[in-house]
Amino acid sequence: MDLLLRPFQYEFFSRALLVAMLAGLLCGVMGVYITTRRMSYIAHGLSHAILGGAVLSYVLQLNFYIGAGIWGFISALVIQFLTGRKIYADAAIGIVTTASFALGIAIISTYRQFTKSFEAALFGNVLGVTPNDVWVVTCVTIALLALVFIFYRPLLFWSFDRDVAKVHGVPVLAMDVLFALMLAAMLVTTLQILGVTLIISAIIIPASIARLLSDRFGTMMIYAAVLGAGISFIGIYLSYYFDIASGASVVLLSTIVFGIVLLWTNFNQRRKRRTLDSHLL
Amino acid sequence: MEPLLEIKNLACGYQTQPVFTHVNLKLYPKQLSGLVGPSGCGKTTLIKTILGLAHPWAGEIWFRGQQLQPGVSPPKVGYVPQVETVDWSFPVTAEEVVMMGRYRRRNVSPFPSKRDRQVARELLYRVGVEDVAHQPIGELSGGQQQRVFIARALVGEPDIVLLDEPTSSSDLRVQHELLHLLAELNQQGLTILLSTHDLNSVATHLPWVVCFNHGIIAQGEPTEVFTPQTLKQTFGGEMVVIREGDRILIASSLSTLRHRMQDNLPSILRQTH
Repeated sequence: MDLLLRPFQYEFFSRALLVAMLAGLLCGVMGVYITTRRMSYIAHGLSHAILGGAVLSYVLQLNFYIGAGIWGFISALVIQFLTGRKIYADAAIGIVTTASFALGIAIISTYRQFTKSFEAALFGNVLGVTPNDVWVVTCVTIALLALVFIFYRPLLFWSFDRDVAKVHGVPVLAMDVLFALMLAAMLVTTLQILGVTLIISAIIIPASIARLLSDRFGTMMIYAAVLGAGISFIGIYLSYYFDIASGASVVLLSTIVFGIVLLWTNFNQRRKRRTLDSHLL
Repeated sequence: MEPLLEIKNLACGYQTQPVFTHVNLKLYPKQLSGLVGPSGCGKTTLIKTILGLAHPWAGEIWFRGQQLQPGVSPPKVGYVPQVETVDWSFPVTAEEVVMMGRYRRRNVSPFPSKRDRQVARELLYRVGVEDVAHQPIGELSGGQQQRVFIARALVGEPDIVLLDEPTSSSDLRVQHELLHLLAELNQQGLTILLSTHDLNSVATHLPWVVCFNHGIIAQGEPTEVFTPQTLKQTFGGEMVVIREGDRILIASSLSTLRHRMQDNLPSILRQTH
C-alpha cells in the first residue's frame, strides 16, 4: 500500500495529477466537437501556432495565458477567413500554423535562454506546474464546461449542419467565434501538460474511443470526459514507476486503451452478426 | 392572391462568376412546385439565396409581403439539404436530428424536454418513420434519411419547405414514395419547392414546374412546359416527349425511352408507342 501511495507524498506530483485529470477531461469533451467536425488537423496546427504567441508574450513580458490565448484565437479566425477564398482548409491551416511556429523558433534562436522552456513547450512539463497554473486550468475547465452546457444545442446543430442550423436561427457566425475562443483557451491552458507535439492525442484519442462505444453525441462527451481524465491520471501515475516522460506515458496508455476498445468492439460486432446469421438460417 | 414568396430580378454568383441572373418567381400559398434543370445550372444556389445562405448580387426577395434583408433566412421556412452534403457518420439518432429543429424554443438545458421528444415522435410518425427514432442516422436507408430530414424541416410549423434534390440518390420506388409524401403534406396546406433533375418524377407528381438553367427558361404545368423546345433550352440536348392525356414521358433518346417503357411504364403509354 505504501508503495502505491508513495507518489502522493510529493506535492508537485499530486498537483500534476490534478491538473492532468482536468486537462484530460477538458480535452476529451472538446475532442468530441473536434473529431466529429473533422477538425483534428486544425487543433494540431493551432497547438503549434500558439508556440509563436507564447514566445512573443514572453519577449513582450505579457501574461502567457493572455498573450498565447489571443494569438491562438486570432490564428483560428485567420484560418477561417482564408478558407474558402480559393484556399483549401488544410492549406490555410498549414500556412498560418507553420508561419506562427516559425516565428516562435526565430525568436527562440535569437534569445538563447529559451532552450529549456522550448523543450517544455514541445513535450510538456506537467510535473513543473505551479499552484497558479492549477487555478488557471481549474477556472478555464469550469468556464469551458459551462459554455458547452449552455450552448450545447446550438453547438450540436452547428457541428452537424451549419447551413440548416442558420436557417433554423442558430447564430452560426457567433458559434464560429465562440468555438475558436474555446479552442484557443483549451490549447493554451493544456499545452504545458502534454506539449505542442503530444496535445493532439489528448484531444482525439478519448473522443475516438468514445465514438467506438457510442452513437450519441451527448453520451460520447461523457465517455470522452471520463476516459480523458482517467487515462491522464493513470498515465502520469504510471510514469512515476516506469520512470518515463509523463506526456509520453499518457499518450502511450491512451493508444493502448484505444487498441483494446477497437478490438473489443470489432469482436462484439462479429459475434452479434454471427448470432443474427444463425437466427436467419 | 398575394404570393407567399416573391423573387424580383434576383442575381447571384461566386467570386466573379454569375450563377444566375434576372430571376423572377412567385410562389403562392399551398403551391407544390419543382425546380427542374441540369446539374450545375444554379438550382442549389437559388435555393441557398432564398434561404439567406448565399448573398444575392442584385434583386429582392419578399416573404409574406415583407422584403428580406440579404443573407437573412425567411421566418417559418424549412430546408432539406442535398444528402451529399450531410455527414452520415455524425453520432446522432433520428430523434435527435428532429429535435435540433426546435432550437428556436430557446431551451438552454442540453437535455431534451418531454415536449421536445413528443414533437419529434409526432413528426417522425407523420412522415412514416417513427420506428427508427432511436437509430443512428448513418444506419437508416436513403428514403428514411430523407423522411427524417423532412420531419426536422417541419418542426417549426413552416409556411414553406425547400428541398434540394430530395430524390437524387434514391431508387424509383423510394422516389415515388417521397413525392407522394410531399404531395400529402402539400394537401395539408404546406407550400413546397423542390429541385430535381429527374423530369419524369416531376411530370408525374408535381402540378407546377420551373425550368431553370442559369435563369428561368419557362414555368407552368408540366403538360404545357415540357416541350422538346423548352427541354432543349433547359438541358442543352434533344429530348423525346410522349403525351397521353395528362401523362408525359420524357427521355434523352428513343432507345432510352423504349428501355424505360419496358421497365416501368403504364401499359397505356406502351400501347401509344
